Amino acid sequence: MAEPTFAVLAGGLSHERDVSLRSGRRLSVALREQGLSVEEWDTDSGLVSRLRDERPDAALLALHGGEGENGSVQTVLEMLGVPFVGTNSEGCRRAFDKPIAKALVAGAGFSTPEWVVLPHSTFRELGAQAVLDAMVQRLGLPLILKPDQGGSALGTQVVRDAAELPAAMVGCFAYGDTVLAERFIHGVEVAVTVIERDGGPEALPAVEIVPESGVYDYTARYTAGLTDFFCPARLTPEAEKAVRELAVGAHRLLGLRDISRTDAVVAADGTVYFLEVNLSPGLTETSTVPMAMEAAGTSLGAVFSDLVSRAVQRGS
Amino acid sequence: MTDSQPLEHRQGSEPGRHNLDPHIDRYAARTAGMTASEIRALFAVASRPEVVSLAGGMPNLAALPLESLSGQMAELIAEEGLVALQYGSAHGVPALREQICEVMAMEGISGHPDDIVVTVGSQMGLDMVTRLFCDPGDVVLAEGPSYVGALGSFAAYEAQVVHVEMDDDGLVPDTLRAAIDATRREGKRIKFLYTIPNFHNPAGVTLAVERRAEILEICASNDILVVEDNPYGLLGFDGQTYPALRSMDPDNVVYLGSFSKTFASGLRVGWVLAPHAVREKLVLAAESATLCPPTLNQLVVSRYLSTHDWKGQIKTFRENYRERRDAMLSSLEQHLPAGCTWTQPDGGFYVWVTVPEGVDTKAMLPRAVTARVAYASGTGFYADGFGSRQMRLSYCYPTPERIREGVRRLAGVLESEMELVRTFGSVTTRAVSGPQFPGPDTA
Repeated sequence: MAEPTFAVLAGGLSHERDVSLRSGRRLSVALREQGLSVEEWDTDSGLVSRLRDERPDAALLALHGGEGENGSVQTVLEMLGVPFVGTNSEGCRRAFDKPIAKALVAGAGFSTPEWVVLPHSTFRELGAQAVLDAMVQRLGLPLILKPDQGGSALGTQVVRDAAELPAAMVGCFAYGDTVLAERFIHGVEVAVTVIERDGGPEALPAVEIVPESGVYDYTARYTAGLTDFFCPARLTPEAEKAVRELAVGAHRLLGLRDISRTDAVVAADGTVYFLEVNLSPGLTETSTVPMAMEAAGTSLGAVFSDLVSRAVQRGS
Repeated sequence: MTDSQPLEHRQGSEPGRHNLDPHIDRYAARTAGMTASEIRALFAVASRPEVVSLAGGMPNLAALPLESLSGQMAELIAEEGLVALQYGSAHGVPALREQICEVMAMEGISGHPDDIVVTVGSQMGLDMVTRLFCDPGDVVLAEGPSYVGALGSFAAYEAQVVHVEMDDDGLVPDTLRAAIDATRREGKRIKFLYTIPNFHNPAGVTLAVERRAEILEICASNDILVVEDNPYGLLGFDGQTYPALRSMDPDNVVYLGSFSKTFASGLRVGWVLAPHAVREKLVLAAESATLCPPTLNQLVVSRYLSTHDWKGQIKTFRENYRERRDAMLSSLEQHLPAGCTWTQPDGGFYVWVTVPEGVDTKAMLPRAVTARVAYASGTGFYADGFGSRQMRLSYCYPTPERIREGVRRLAGVLESEMELVRTFGSVTTRAVSGPQFPGPDTA
């Protein structure tokens, strides 16, 4: 019987290609250290024929943003009958869109910062200043702007002064046509990884994120040393329990599979706010998921070799 | 951090604290800007064939006679392997230094082989010259905009850059005088003028011949050294060359040359031609930096120069680049929206585009990448944050068809961005950390 081979899909054409390639390399090395036969595949126009021709026993998605997270690549894998690690196409479509995910999580009773979602056309048709004024009146300052889809904090900006808003909107709209504006919650920022085991989804220890600049933006995420991480997070046992419950709850509610990472903030009054969920979380040298795995006494390689076995058993 | 590395290796002083860089408090202050960059990350997408990259500066090497070069390299190893694979002198291979004199003679330079130091690309020459002359806080005068690699070298030695305005004829003598006066009034020490007189990177303009003597006279009378960087001088599209500044004032000009654009950039062979006393220090500086430039690569270049029609090869390169320049300029004329202006290079690799008021090319880059086109935003070519309305477009690498398609896409991106600016008003976007220019391996 031939040795099973696995394809790690990374790269692609999203703005997060660089991060994805790094996640993919790290995941591949970790799996090879577990003795698995792994190849790294870029996600390009040759992907479908390659999947047909080479038929990997399973695929692992280290794709971030765009087609790799919005359900498109997952749909292709499902059509071709290739088992894969990660959320199915339906769950991706729910979770990748930040406003939809926030609405679903909020609907289940979890707290999330107040938000509004606006396309560029609204500002153009109704007058930018009037809409911005209404936004500030509703959400207060500071507020945070994010593209409604995508990760790695690309295009994300904290706005502390209303005068900064027009420029921040222009910067954010460069990443997409719709902006999510959210009330900024001061507090302890944490990332909670959820992995599925035989007993169902389990939350790993929360990782507390303290960026030197105060904002966990792209530079703070991917420059080693510019952010301090605390694991275990400096939370009360009650807060730690609450963020883990939130992460598992979001994972279940959104129909996520195998692995996810929920970003949350614990406010001074102890309220836990859901920020967003990542269905293909970063696995780079500076990412929080590998840290959480280590803190839980396991490793990237061990977790993903287990997940890929589950994917193979699950089949297409 | 590897998958198996224990957490303790990264722990800080507080319980549970992990900083992923245990050396974070040890770095020199000059490393402050060496961070991950959102803009730089976008260039990873530019390497994909779906994207038309007008961002990088990779020479188009497709026209090189690879089969013949392959045989020549095999012969080199067979005949001179024990020399080619051995350490050499930091000064450089003597035969190559003589040949470099022949190359420089094409631009009117009469240099002595002993005054040449072969370097690992002219970038190393620039680094060494800055190391020799600049203390922290010293001022380097440079065109605005200027070559991003030079700005990196100046920053590494903590030199302050004062930009000098250019127009379509290159450096403006009066603004050079004004910059010198203003800098000195502030009590600052000017060490040299860094200039790319021919087919400027990124501006695409050439210093008018009639200005050259005046620029040299201004520098000489103010006791300011001139560092002339001339990688594109033989790539004038009509075959024209201009008198090198070095040829006009050998005692006050340090000249940087390169085979990266006229032969093969991957060999990393460049040179510095310097007045004798400076040359002696350069050799010692080179020794401490690299011991010696790669002997093998020097001998490859030397054989190429002695056995190939290298002048004919440069003519081929010129013709290729001229065709691409023509495609770029006609496409810009056809597609770019009103309010955009651009330079008209008659050699080299680049067009410098100015976009309408309010558009920030750095903020626009993600939109461009989404539309599958990439460029280098202007701010990377200034040390002082200027350049948000500019972008550098390179035509050296893509085919003419791809250039036309890239400009067509770029025009659509600009239209969308201008609509956004009309919606939100003229804005200057936030500062972005880290390098904002493509790496050397970006097409």
